[in-house]
Amino acid sequence: MPAIVAEGLERAFGEVLAVQGIDLAVEEGEIYGFLGPNGAGKTTTVRMLTTLLLPTGGRASVAGHDVSAEARAVRRSIGVALQEAALDPLMTGRELIRLQATLQGIPTAEGRRRADDLLERVDLAGAADRRVGTYSGGMQRRLDLAAALVHEPRVLFLDEPTTGLDPVSRKTIWEEVRALNNEGTTVFLTTQYLEEADQLADDVGIIDSGRIVAEGTPESLKAEIGNPHIQLQLAEGSVAEAEAKLGEIGRLLPPKDGKKVLVEVENGAADIPRVVRILDEAGIAVEALELVRPTLDDVFVAKTGYHLEEESEENSEQEPVGA
Amino acid sequence: MNGRASLATNLRVVRALGMRSVRQTFRRPQLIAPIIVFPTLLLAIQTGGASAAVELPGFPPVQSFLQFMLAGAIMQSLMLAGNSGGIALAVDIEMGFTDRLFAAPIPRFAIVLGRLAGTAALGLFGALWFLAIGLIFGAEIESGVAGALLAVALATAAACAVGGIGAAIALRTGSASVVQGLFPLVLVVLFVSSAFFPQELMIEPAKTIAAYNPLSFVAEGIREPMISGIDATDTLEALAAIAGIIILGLALSARALRHRLRVG
Repeated sequence: MPAIVAEGLERAFGEVLAVQGIDLAVEEGEIYGFLGPNGAGKTTTVRMLTTLLLPTGGRASVAGHDVSAEARAVRRSIGVALQEAALDPLMTGRELIRLQATLQGIPTAEGRRRADDLLERVDLAGAADRRVGTYSGGMQRRLDLAAALVHEPRVLFLDEPTTGLDPVSRKTIWEEVRALNNEGTTVFLTTQYLEEADQLADDVGIIDSGRIVAEGTPESLKAEIGNPHIQLQLAEGSVAEAEAKLGEIGRLLPPKDGKKVLVEVENGAADIPRVVRILDEAGIAVEALELVRPTLDDVFVAKTGYHLEEESEENSEQEPVGA
Repeated sequence: MNGRASLATNLRVVRALGMRSVRQTFRRPQLIAPIIVFPTLLLAIQTGGASAAVELPGFPPVQSFLQFMLAGAIMQSLMLAGNSGGIALAVDIEMGFTDRLFAAPIPRFAIVLGRLAGTAALGLFGALWFLAIGLIFGAEIESGVAGALLAVALATAAACAVGGIGAAIALRTGSASVVQGLFPLVLVVLFVSSAFFPQELMIEPAKTIAAYNPLSFVAEGIREPMISGIDATDTLEALAAIAGIIILGLALSARALRHRLRVG
């Protein structure tokens, strides 16, 4: 049985339909990447699946329980780390995890043991008795993740878990997500980072304007887009002349910046010698050559007509919030 | 989970959330200041500058103006504890902490009850603080330990009741600044009660408003054991007023909670 199922799931806010009939099925033990730009409907979908928001249409179930009719049973089965780490800056890390254990109905002694174990696991044991407001953004995310795991949930929802984090903190979260998944936890991960979806997800759903516009494994989605292409920066010779020659090998793509020649190739790297030979015979000198494989961004562009803008990674480490 | 185990678990959740609420208040100076510092200052200023009021014809027989004013200070403290509880809940909503609570498998009203338990504890603390100040500066509790315990119990319950109104406003608006904006209103409502001045000596329309202001009944219920003795009528009127405020607060909170969960 799938761990998460949504059928025609909708959510309206007044006249605005934020989520417009989403269908998805996430298998047990899978990492599902829900990819889309800000405002696409990712968080609204997660809030419905985690019972924080009632759907206005369709239905959904998580861990076999309906999110509307059996909300309490859903909440027993899930761990949730929301977009903005929902932490009290005045609590210590240890207090927060112990409170979370109490909220999950875990007996006090067991809750204390699990808190200690989890703080160790996310490498926060040394900061456990410091107030959360003094933690860095990465530490807060790790603490949020640990809190979501205190009751060993079957399904874990992570809403943009690495947004605003520096690359090192981001990789730490990725490693933890992979480890959890290897232990059997189903992970529903929303992200606006292409690389994150590509690296972590078994299956990816691309959402735009409240609708899923593409779904599948990252590889199958990229394969749908087409073959890799070779991108050539010419040192000498005209773009038109190069295109005339390379058109015999494969489909030409619109030139980039009017200077780079792009030709789709069926055999990937195996076609590079042939391209070089043809240009050499024509006396066209090449300054740079690159084999470009389709990315999830290409998939996104193909499905939506625009690029998924990635957040700037500069200055992304969050400042500690005031204690 | 059977019913008894479930009740025990829920009570544990309410206690844990109440303790968090108290810790949060003591760790955030802007929340504790209104509960303790402001009423202490007002008490010092009023007893220092208006103690001759006890000579006015019609003023109830009291040992000192401080003895009379203790109930007013306790009322101010518990009212502001309720307001601070509302502000803290609104801050929780603003920073998303309530989402953590809403996503847990607990009855969602336990979140409100946890907050009210914390507010009640702060009301208890405020009452003990002002009783201690009164005793240190020579005010006697006429009805002894029993009267002091009654006054503290009424103050604790009243703080919980007022906290219900604060929680309802916080849940409805989700805005700490809106709840904080009610701070002057809290004082106005308190000043048109008999908390700081005998109702008999007020002029109209304040006198009539005070006669029907539920806070007057609570204030008299707390004051009477201190200045004269335990009076069943005063106590029952205070309890009725507190019950009314609790019912109103819980009903408004339940409604606001449903609204919040519906709109997200």
